Amino acid sequence: MDTQEKIADTDLTMTGAEIVVRALCDQGVDTLFGYPGGAVLPIYDALFTTPELHHILVRHEQGAGHAAEGYARSTGKPGVALVTSGPGATNMVTPIADAMMDSIPMVVITGQVPSHLIGTDAFQECDTVGITRCCAKHNYLVRDVNDLARIMHEAFLIATTGRPGPVVIDIPKDIQFSKGTYKGPEGTQHKTYHPASEPHEAGIEAALELMRNARRPIFYTGGGIINSGTEASAALRALVSETNFPITSTLMGLGCYPASGSNWLGMVGMHGAYEANHAMHDCDVMICLGARFDDRVTGRLDAFSPNSKKIHVDIDPSSINKTVRVDVPIIADAGKAINALLEGWRREQHPRNDLSEWWTQIDEWRARKGFAYEKQEEQIKPQYAIERLYELTKNRDTYITTEVGQHQMWAAQHYHFEEPNRWMTSGGLGTMGYGLPAALGVQAAHKDALVIDIAGEASIQMCMQELSTAVQFNLPIKIFILNNEWMGMVRQWQQLLHGERYSHSYSDSLPDFVALAKAYGGHGIQCRNPADLDAAIEEMIAYDGPVLFDCLVTKDENCFPMIPSGAAHNEMILGEITGDEIDESGKVLV
Amino acid sequence: MTQANTPSSPQSAYFIDDHSEDAIVRRTLAAIVDNEPGVLARVVGLFSARGYNIESLTVAEVDHKAHQSRITIVTSGTVQIIAQIKAQLERLVPVARVVDITTSPAGLERELALIKVSAATGSDERVEAMRLSEIFRARVLDVTLESFIFEVTGGSSKIDQFIELMEPLGLIQVSRTGVLSIQRGLPE
Repeated sequence: MDTQEKIADTDLTMTGAEIVVRALCDQGVDTLFGYPGGAVLPIYDALFTTPELHHILVRHEQGAGHAAEGYARSTGKPGVALVTSGPGATNMVTPIADAMMDSIPMVVITGQVPSHLIGTDAFQECDTVGITRCCAKHNYLVRDVNDLARIMHEAFLIATTGRPGPVVIDIPKDIQFSKGTYKGPEGTQHKTYHPASEPHEAGIEAALELMRNARRPIFYTGGGIINSGTEASAALRALVSETNFPITSTLMGLGCYPASGSNWLGMVGMHGAYEANHAMHDCDVMICLGARFDDRVTGRLDAFSPNSKKIHVDIDPSSINKTVRVDVPIIADAGKAINALLEGWRREQHPRNDLSEWWTQIDEWRARKGFAYEKQEEQIKPQYAIERLYELTKNRDTYITTEVGQHQMWAAQHYHFEEPNRWMTSGGLGTMGYGLPAALGVQAAHKDALVIDIAGEASIQMCMQELSTAVQFNLPIKIFILNNEWMGMVRQWQQLLHGERYSHSYSDSLPDFVALAKAYGGHGIQCRNPADLDAAIEEMIAYDGPVLFDCLVTKDENCFPMIPSGAAHNEMILGEITGDEIDESGKVLV
Repeated sequence: MTQANTPSSPQSAYFIDDHSEDAIVRRTLAAIVDNEPGVLARVVGLFSARGYNIESLTVAEVDHKAHQSRITIVTSGTVQIIAQIKAQLERLVPVARVVDITTSPAGLERELALIKVSAATGSDERVEAMRLSEIFRARVLDVTLESFIFEVTGGSSKIDQFIELMEPLGLIQVSRTGVLSIQRGLPE
């Protein structure tokens, strides 16, 4: 190291903008997603001379947020987004709320008007901390440049520990210009924030006692296991294999246990597997690991798994007993709790549970083939399209993102995940427009992987502009649109709940997606014939660059099986339904 | 809450007390928070966002060195909702801890009220108001020929009772601090 470098390294006085960039580097950030503007120009100036920080310029701030989420979900590292004040910040609200609901670690840096102008309705001013207070895990308005380094490091600590989530740092422009002292991330601690992550021994013992005596047990797993890291998934696999208990997962948890595993029941919930929902309903011991009894999972609460003892492992104490009363609460990191359960299960010699009756029952439910659909020769069924996409991509290094709607549910049902961090979807908030920018974030982190956004023709138009980002940064994402010319899930609900009055759910005046892809500088493919589908998918995979694949599918397909609103898990509908299955109280539910 | 430490019911900080599930109870919660900008908005925002009640709320910095404030909130809901409120409050990053003052044996609650009563000189009401104020150990803060202002401290129910008694005697205006809380003895 030469003398000059040494001096540069020890000189800890720098501008606020330099502190931001230095802190990002010291936190191990390699990629950030952003959009410049007046109130963040000093930070962009500092980025100009920091080539090691790879900045991806999006086309709309919402895209930056979802891209950061995709990056985070696929790597396990926090995603970072950088946007300007006012509209930059308000456009970021949706991804912040999305990351909050799905517990995605994300640090969002927003510019703010200079301190002396705050509160004067200055140009591009908005109360960013006020607006994001209720949808972020935490937020900061930086008032002194000497607090900036601490705040930056605290933000990463808060975003990534406990129940992960988005943290917003709002930095007035004058703070970015003024000089202060930088401090490294070593020993960063928050004064009051100390989330617990070690499981309570008594809870683990109580859980093991229930598990040892269970006759009809089930593991109900969720995104918390994926957040806990790949070791948590590995421990889960060992626990499932040693106990031989059946396992289901929420939408967010797909991949933490392999879909090819013999104990796998499929996804639980409104559009989940018939066998998974019935097993949840009839089980005697439910072991919930890193899931939160969301309304899309439980269905009618008073009929939810009525005869089971429930063990709930969650890192967030507020998830315990929020909607479903549980018998054994364990406040802990999912991975640590799974390891403790595994250790306890191995430690004590006990007769292995006789689960043969339970598995016989499960096999009967499996035999009902809940995901079955009618075959069609002339038209592509959306389920068939996903099945073929899966078959042709399963042996590759593939990551899947989705938008929100029917295509998302078909993807969850018919694409099968073997590993965690391979499935990026907006579960809690249900954000149409998530998938394309999320795919950019995934691709930015995994340059050589095959990244596919499974989309609908309506959702894709919500962040369509990001195709331009994909082209600029050579991110060869594949957008696979199941085009049925309808906002399919809206249409399905209108058919079932609103007397087939299809109010404003038809996707009229659709663009020519092939021409649109070309206009953006990508490649467009259209396919309408089942016989051509495989070749078209192969063409998509083989193309070296972003592809927009317009897959024309049957227009009126409904997403089944389905637990109708206000119904219980064992009232699942397999085939066509008329709407009579849903009573008035069910209709008011979303 | 059962004290049984059997394996199927281990002790946990998050157990719901085994009361009737649907009964609405009133609870006083004290939150010790970092006194940083916006912390009150976070707490109040949480209540409005999740549809919880606030019956009264008091806040002030209580430890200048540590920059900590105490927020005392009187709220109501089912036992399950109260447990949720406590957990949700504790989830906020600047919240150090939350104590349920109502159920804590060491909990103490006090409220201060200023009460204006019209009472013309020489009237029976004036004499009666004065007499009742002595029973309630209220202080006369201000007196004119037509009115009194009393200062009274105590539990909320005592203040409610005093206000009720002043009503027929010419009650004009009431100002209350909301409930303050503290715990007896030395901190654990």
